[in-house]
Amino acid sequence: MSARLLIGAALAALAIAPAAAQDIAITNATVATGDGSEPIRGATVVVRGGKVVAAGPGVSVPAGVQVVDGSGKWVTPGLFAAMSTLGLSDADGVEESNDQASRGSPFGAALDVAPALNPSSQHVSVARGGGITRASVFSRPASSIFGGQGAIVDLGADPRMVVRPRAFQLAGLGESAARIAGGSRVSAHAVLRNALREARQYGADPRIAATRRSGEVATGDDMPVDPRLIDSPAEREDVLLTRFDAAALVPVVKGAQPLYVDVERAADIRAVLELTREFPQLKLVIVGASEGWLVARELAAAGVPVIANPMNDLPTSFEQLAATQSNVGRMVRAGVKVAIGGLTGTTGDQPKNLTQYAGNMVALGKVPGASGLSWGEAFAAISSVPAEISGQGGRAGVLKAGAAGDLVIWDGDPLEVTSAATRVFIDGVEQPRDNHQRALADRYRDLDTSALPKAYAR
Amino acid sequence: MKQGLWAAALAALALAGCGSTGGARSASSTPPPTVNKNPYPSTYRAYPGRPVALVGGTVFDGTGKRIEGGTVLLRDGKVVAVGDAGLATEGYERVDAAGKFVTPGVIDIHSHLGVYPSPSVQAHSDGNEATDPTTPEVWAEHSVWPQDPGFTRAMAHGGVTSLMILPGSANLMGGRSVTLKNVPARTVQGMKFPGAPYGMKMACGENPKRVYGSKGRMPSTRMGNFAVNRQTWLDAKADDGKKRNLANETLKGVMAGEILLHNHCYRADEMAQVIDMSKEMGYKVASFQHAVESYKIGDLLREGGICSAVWADWYGFKMESYDGIPENAALLFKEGACVVIHSDDENGIQRLNQEASKAAAAGRRMGIAIADEAVIRWITLNPAKAMGIDAMTGSLEPGKMADVVLWNGNPLSVYSRPERVWVDGALLYDSADPLLRPVTDFELGQPGAGDVK
Repeated sequence: MSARLLIGAALAALAIAPAAAQDIAITNATVATGDGSEPIRGATVVVRGGKVVAAGPGVSVPAGVQVVDGSGKWVTPGLFAAMSTLGLSDADGVEESNDQASRGSPFGAALDVAPALNPSSQHVSVARGGGITRASVFSRPASSIFGGQGAIVDLGADPRMVVRPRAFQLAGLGESAARIAGGSRVSAHAVLRNALREARQYGADPRIAATRRSGEVATGDDMPVDPRLIDSPAEREDVLLTRFDAAALVPVVKGAQPLYVDVERAADIRAVLELTREFPQLKLVIVGASEGWLVARELAAAGVPVIANPMNDLPTSFEQLAATQSNVGRMVRAGVKVAIGGLTGTTGDQPKNLTQYAGNMVALGKVPGASGLSWGEAFAAISSVPAEISGQGGRAGVLKAGAAGDLVIWDGDPLEVTSAATRVFIDGVEQPRDNHQRALADRYRDLDTSALPKAYAR
Repeated sequence: MKQGLWAAALAALALAGCGSTGGARSASSTPPPTVNKNPYPSTYRAYPGRPVALVGGTVFDGTGKRIEGGTVLLRDGKVVAVGDAGLATEGYERVDAAGKFVTPGVIDIHSHLGVYPSPSVQAHSDGNEATDPTTPEVWAEHSVWPQDPGFTRAMAHGGVTSLMILPGSANLMGGRSVTLKNVPARTVQGMKFPGAPYGMKMACGENPKRVYGSKGRMPSTRMGNFAVNRQTWLDAKADDGKKRNLANETLKGVMAGEILLHNHCYRADEMAQVIDMSKEMGYKVASFQHAVESYKIGDLLREGGICSAVWADWYGFKMESYDGIPENAALLFKEGACVVIHSDDENGIQRLNQEASKAAAAGRRMGIAIADEAVIRWITLNPAKAMGIDAMTGSLEPGKMADVVLWNGNPLSVYSRPERVWVDGALLYDSADPLLRPVTDFELGQPGAGDVK
């Protein structure tokens, strides 16, 4: 009882001032560094000052660092959940609590998830308990083909969730975006091209003094707020986009902000790759790509990375006719950089199940004719690869010197469905494990109400 | 406006349906019409199979037993014997199962394959007759599209050999379910599980009250849900059967115990109310479906002999699922209540083995001992029991249907997949043989047809 109160007090303290990073070394563990290599037995990981110092066999532990015996344990970098909606809802079906899409918004590209993020959402703590320490968060296209600007976040139990705001822009060009755009892909493409042209024009307009770099407002980040988002005398004759939306797309046409495009079918992926003829500076990322294996060579040649849900194997729509669990493996074999992601739900596709999805890619290796991933590749697809695609390469999803001190200690092979994270560190700070689910499980460990109602059991 | 008129017309229809059964023609002396209880009979016949001996594998027999280095004999569509290495295999084609695992075919008690098939276009939305809150008269089999590619994935990746297709949960009483053998066929009748009883789907809570409340109709509240349900049961009881009424035939079948009741219900308090309603009206609940809060009332469920068909870890996708916890199944198991892991999902049905494993692992982490062989029961014999087909399938016991999966590793590991699947002794999937990989009409000749998927 008192232990729980103490933890509660500690959590309350966390909410005010984040705990300090611990200097910690985990020795004699099975270590997967996340870089695509296979796990190493009997290895050591050292974290100091919130950063990884070293990881591997034969690493010596500096003096003054707390040592944890990792015998029988696995240690990995924190997982990276690419294309999540963590922090944007409490219960998806409870509309009032759900900020994942903005159907009635007057804005599209200008939408910015950052100020809406809630690090106290239960989904954040459940994902963190599953070993996920960082994520990209998007909002779903609903009022226009643009979902708006997504953020890179960490899942630490502290008030500062955003690592990088406005890290990418999301647009749809598939079936559902076509409905939003007025009923066809034809329209969706016109809407996109018009938007990018308006943005290009807007960004180049010499009358607007604020386009000078010196006019940009410092945010303490490398993706500045365009001052016209704050205030601008600019007037334009042009048509469809609001000033706010056009300004938001300026970094996209300039290639300063990646454009994530949500498409599934092969023809749509090709059409997206074609965009760079008209807009050569676009930095594209394909999201979805159920039929990516059919255009794997083109994707590889264009150097366009993919964030895919690897378990899609049904023709759920006419744009996913060729869906197969071998999609990711075939793309990787062709040289495409592929992250496993897009787990946005709280059902089977909850982010916590990233490890299960990756494990299934390994399972395919034993199925004749199927293309899977090696263990190291599969683990990288939920750690270093999504981090790299998200602009966090070398900083997240990997255990190497200088990377964030995001560590997960597992009670077994992290890709196995029977395993669980037992301790999670973010920037060297050990994370609390209590949440709504754990408290309920504790309360209902037995059904004894002979002395008092269950409401008193906590 | 149009919608309002339509709703009013439907409401009138619904009232007519409920109220007119008592019999204005009560003076008539004509005998009640005879009712053919099986007018859409199964035409499924087992496909040819060879006598097979699976030798040397780890056998999880579905009842909770485990045999290392076991032998399983299949002949003439039946399980002939299950034993250890001492079992004679003369006359059987020996399949080396060393290092592999043998289980009964996986059974999904909650699927919408066929009624919400892929591609999930509006034209395929056949799972909810959401025009009246009580539609016991509709039968899911009349919506099932046998060409749903989901059936083939469930076999190849999930080892599913039997499944129950339910109407959706928009309605308080959604209609009859149908139990299928997971065998490709040109017709639904060609998939129907011979001798399986019908089920009826009911739904608690948010869905019915939201669907009808938003149409300005009863029910719009949970108390409305119960009122409509109770009156519908009472009307069925009062039906003298002189004029055929499809809705009441289903409800009477439930009260007679011929049709098994499966009730979608999330919250513990609501399940307790349903249990009382079943006693009030004189029927039995075979299973609660979804049942994310079953762990709060494991004692009531054990005493009522009611199975809980649950997910491993779904939670928080709606208000009534906010208290879902991964330990749900394990806590029920500890309490001695019946556990079934279900999918309700065309993807989840492809890995019920993994889901069961996750659910068990969550329990073990809180100190509940659950053996692997007991976990397999959650996706084999327990669902068979709740569906009323446990005398025929669900376990590897002599005389039962030879519905068998040979796994390339422990099915409770993420790294394992079905290697071969037999249904009634016929080999219908072999991962090593591309010709033994079913391809639906829909996929034929399209990109990716015949792929490993």
